[in-house]
Amino acid sequence: MLIPKLQLLDNDLVKQIISEAIAILESPGIRIHNQEALELLAGANCRVDFNAQVAHIPETVIRQALETAPREFTLFDLNGNPAVHYYGDKIHFDPGSGGLTIIDSQTERPRLPKTADYIKFTKLVETLPQIDAQSTSFVCSDVVPEIGDLYRLYLALNYMNKPIITGAFRKDTWWTMKEMLSIVAGGDEAFANKPTAIFDVCPSPPLLWSDFTCQNLIDCAHYLIPAQLISMPLAGATAPVTLAAAVIQHAAESLSGVVISQLAKAGAPIVWGGSPAIFDMREGSTPMGAVETWMISCAYVQIGKALGLPTHAYMGMSDAKIIDTQCGLESMGSNLVAALSGANIISGCGMMDLESCLSYEKLVIDAEMIGMVKRFVKGIVVRDDPIALDLMQKSGHKGDFLTLAHTRKWFKEEQYLPSEVIDRASFDGWVARGEKTTFQRARDRVEKLLPTYKPNILTDEQRKELREVTTQIAKKFGMEDLPVLPQGE
Amino acid sequence: MSNELFQEMAQSIIDGDSDVSAELAQQAVAQGIDPLEAISQGFVVGVNHVGEAFAKGDAFLPELVMAGEAMKAAVAVLEPELARRGTERTMLGKVILCTVEGDIHEIGKTLVGTMLSSAGFKVFDLGVDVPVMKVVEKAREVNADIVAMSALLTTTMVHQKDVIEALEDIGIRSKVKVMVGGAPVTKEWVKQIGADGYSEDAIGAIKVAKQLLGQ
Repeated sequence: MLIPKLQLLDNDLVKQIISEAIAILESPGIRIHNQEALELLAGANCRVDFNAQVAHIPETVIRQALETAPREFTLFDLNGNPAVHYYGDKIHFDPGSGGLTIIDSQTERPRLPKTADYIKFTKLVETLPQIDAQSTSFVCSDVVPEIGDLYRLYLALNYMNKPIITGAFRKDTWWTMKEMLSIVAGGDEAFANKPTAIFDVCPSPPLLWSDFTCQNLIDCAHYLIPAQLISMPLAGATAPVTLAAAVIQHAAESLSGVVISQLAKAGAPIVWGGSPAIFDMREGSTPMGAVETWMISCAYVQIGKALGLPTHAYMGMSDAKIIDTQCGLESMGSNLVAALSGANIISGCGMMDLESCLSYEKLVIDAEMIGMVKRFVKGIVVRDDPIALDLMQKSGHKGDFLTLAHTRKWFKEEQYLPSEVIDRASFDGWVARGEKTTFQRARDRVEKLLPTYKPNILTDEQRKELREVTTQIAKKFGMEDLPVLPQGE
Repeated sequence: MSNELFQEMAQSIIDGDSDVSAELAQQAVAQGIDPLEAISQGFVVGVNHVGEAFAKGDAFLPELVMAGEAMKAAVAVLEPELARRGTERTMLGKVILCTVEGDIHEIGKTLVGTMLSSAGFKVFDLGVDVPVMKVVEKAREVNADIVAMSALLTTTMVHQKDVIEALEDIGIRSKVKVMVGGAPVTKEWVKQIGADGYSEDAIGAIKVAKQLLGQ
């Protein structure tokens, strides 16, 4: 059976990309503003200039790191069931993260999100079967900025069942986040055995590891907490403008991340991920809806697979400011390309406006797209043998297929059954249902889904501990009390 | 004779060719042409042309940036001659430019710097991740007219407020205009922190800077 797949690079180009990326790590090398990483590299026979904070990594060190990096691993849900299998061409989806605003369901315009929004968004993700994992979707505006990263995780852990893609903004907050995960898992070792979270770590283009993010990468490795490399070359601005060159820069940055991770701890789970884009030459922005952005991502995913690593991509987003045609066309094109690329996890659903804004309604609409693309990559499956011959002999001259047991047996497997967000009624039917737009249907669906949310298994004791840990660090940054969580939850 | 040279000067800016623009500037000096005329009738004509083309959608950022670089190269050759003659290019104002502390995003900031210096401002670009006090000290040191700050992250934009407060603390807030920019910056933020202006993009920054200085 043929599983549909999309590859943009032929074998020779894959080889050349990897070869040039390796050469770049030797010359000019990679800038690293983190002392521990520089020392790790120096200790592994890399030529390190501690003054200029540049490391030159030879091919042998890179190849060694690629040997020890795991080819697969799994994220588990809070009940201990496998949920995201980072392996081969298996695809999963989670929402975009790091957003600053949320689309207000009434005004259809962005506003600053608060704790209540975050909880609502987390619950909504739980109710959507197409979405495989949570993310720390957006920063809450009702807490001090210094705890912006960990507060999201605190809220998410209270409400999520699915595993989570997260990330820290600082060195110190990473430790609080690790402590939270440990509280929920029942210890560091328990977490490492069945991880429920993965940390995004982002090098800065071009060719730079900033101090805190590099430290996050090292700390994750030490505790066998999965880390996801998010290299983000902007082709034409912080990377060369040619797509192939941008893919090479991505590979160089990502290879250096694999090396740092494996030197910190051989065997630490690490993902070849990213969020590259082209640089829009009119607006000076970084469009995630541009087809070239998708091409760079699809290509780097192919490189990651060629290196035997689990992969990730930031796709499924739109640059639109409202949920309109542009929003739909960009998200769908991106989701389909991403699914066909076989990236193990695709971050981005629910996200729009140049990766800055989230939306409940877009999340629900994107879930439909995800359902469709997941169906697409399942391919055309042979269900029976013969496939059609005996059916046609029985019913071929009658046309009564709707009445057959065969139809009843297979229709749910053969067809992705969309929710009412996707309108396929007759014109009169659409009118009778209120002539609703996609946005309106999505908004209705949000309201229908939320009451179906099922709480997770966290004990009162665990919730208390989480709150204590978060409150303590909030106090350290001048916030005396955390927002109160809704009662009875 | 000069007209042809002025046309070539303008063209070198449109082509974004720093080598040619510097060479033509050198020629002007050698021929005894008034450097101020070379700038206003030659090179600036090119800058304006590219700016208009950009606004129309016929030129894009790479052309704009390279035009700015070519302009800088020409001015660098002409400045010593200006000094020698005792004339100074009418400088529209002194601008301290930076990306705030903790933030390393620089594309937008650098574009603004290019635009402002092409337009005739004297720009002191302090780079990225610039500590609050460094911005303020430099503003005091050069008697800046404008402090222009960029931030891309909500976690770092707070330093734009810190700079304004520090300017107040050392008593020079009333002497400078503060403009801010970057993706998370909005009109509301400008009001909230007491800044004087902001621009959505690098091109608009020229107009805003001029307006702030009453031009």
